[in-house]
Parts: sequence; structure tokens; C-alpha cells
Amino acid sequence: MSNDRIEKRIELKAPISRVWRALTDHREFGEWFQVKLEGPFVPGETSRGHITHPGYEHLIMEVVVQKMEPERLFSYTWHPYAVDPKIDYSEETPTLVEFRLEKSATGTVLTLTESGFEKIPNHRRLEAFRMNEGGWTQQMKNIERHVEPGS
Amino acid sequence: MAKLCGGGPQSIARLTAGSKLTRQAITKHLRVLERVGVVRSSRRGRERLFEFKPEPVEEIRKYLDLVSAQWDQALGRLKSLVERD
Repeated sequence: MSNDRIEKRIELKAPISRVWRALTDHREFGEWFQVKLEGPFVPGETSRGHITHPGYEHLIMEVVVQKMEPERLFSYTWHPYAVDPKIDYSEETPTLVEFRLEKSATGTVLTLTESGFEKIPNHRRLEAFRMNEGGWTQQMKNIERHVEPGS
Repeated sequence: MAKLCGGGPQSIARLTAGSKLTRQAITKHLRVLERVGVVRSSRRGRERLFEFKPEPVEEIRKYLDLVSAQWDQALGRLKSLVERD
């Protein structure tokens, strides 16, 4: 696995138009991403809202929309794990998240990439493990689930 | 966890002091962190000491693993949403 990017590819049994809507309608995006965004996605503009994931409700997430090429590419930049309300993350280089869609025989192939991790400062990586108690418990479950299949 | 980030090996008793979590819960968390390689432990007499492993390359990989696991969950929820109707 590369050290500066994440790449995922999944097959969805739904038409490309349906997937596009789930990605770019801010309410639908919020449903699966677990965030209550205040306004729609517009290229060049910031969308923000409270996280709805249990244990993280006090946190605000912000994304800056980059590209919206209908049924092909949706991308935004953001600061992953910007979990400490007391820290100003705006000086850090954000990562780039890209969703690419392709038609397949049974529906849609979605390729997700998140890149630019090499620019994240070291202390911020540790922060991912320094969660509040509620978030921490959830995080432990995630780690456990993540390591078990391979161990 | 902030205490653990503070540097240097620390005992469970010290890590438990001032926390709402029980000693047992903290030990369990530390064991999981040790298994994924974020934390290492050593013995001093009858005590076990825990500290963060600061190897940078490992750190980046663990960090990406964590972000990656979050994406797996989010994309799983996206899949259920679009395949529901």
C-alpha cells in the first residue's frame, strides 16, 4: 500500500444517476457520510455541518468542493481527522478526495481516492488516536474490526 | 491518551489516574493498541509500562489504515443507500 494515498473501488448495483445523486446532493451525502451539511455543494465553495456519527456530534466538518463533472467526477478537499475544536487546521495542506464513476454491466463502479497524506504533520497523525471517550470507544471497535480478519 | 502522547514509558496506574475509565478498560485499550503496533510495552519489576511507538513510517501506515477503515464503513453505508431503491 502506498503511503500517501488511499484508493477504493466498489461495485454498486444502482444506475450511475442514482450514485451521482447520493454523492452530490448534500442531504443524501450527509445520510451515508454521517454529517448534517448546511448547504448544497457548489464548486469552489465551502460546505460545512455537524457530524452526526455517534460520539462526534460536537464536531464540525468542512469540505471545499473542487470539481463536479456530472456522473463522472466529484471531488473536494478537506482536513481528515480535524477533531480538535481548539486547533486551527487552516494552515495545513488539505487532502484531496475524488469520487470517479463508471458505468458497468450491473450498475456503477465507484473509485474513491484520497491523496496528499504526505503533507500531514506527524503530530496530527497521532491525533487520530487521541479521541474523546465516546469517539475513542467507537475507534477501538473500528481498529479491532480492521485488524481481526488479517490476524 | 494525551498522557501516553506525553512521552516516556508509563504505568497503568498512572494512565488510569484522573480518567473516568476503569483500569480494566484502559488495559484492554492498550492491548489493542499494542496489537496494531501503535503502543509498545515493557516490564519493570512487577509493573508493565506502556509507551507510544514513534516510528514515523509505521505511523503513516497506521494513520492511513485508520482513515481507510473509516472509508470502508462510509462506502458500505453508501452502498446500502443506493441499492435500497
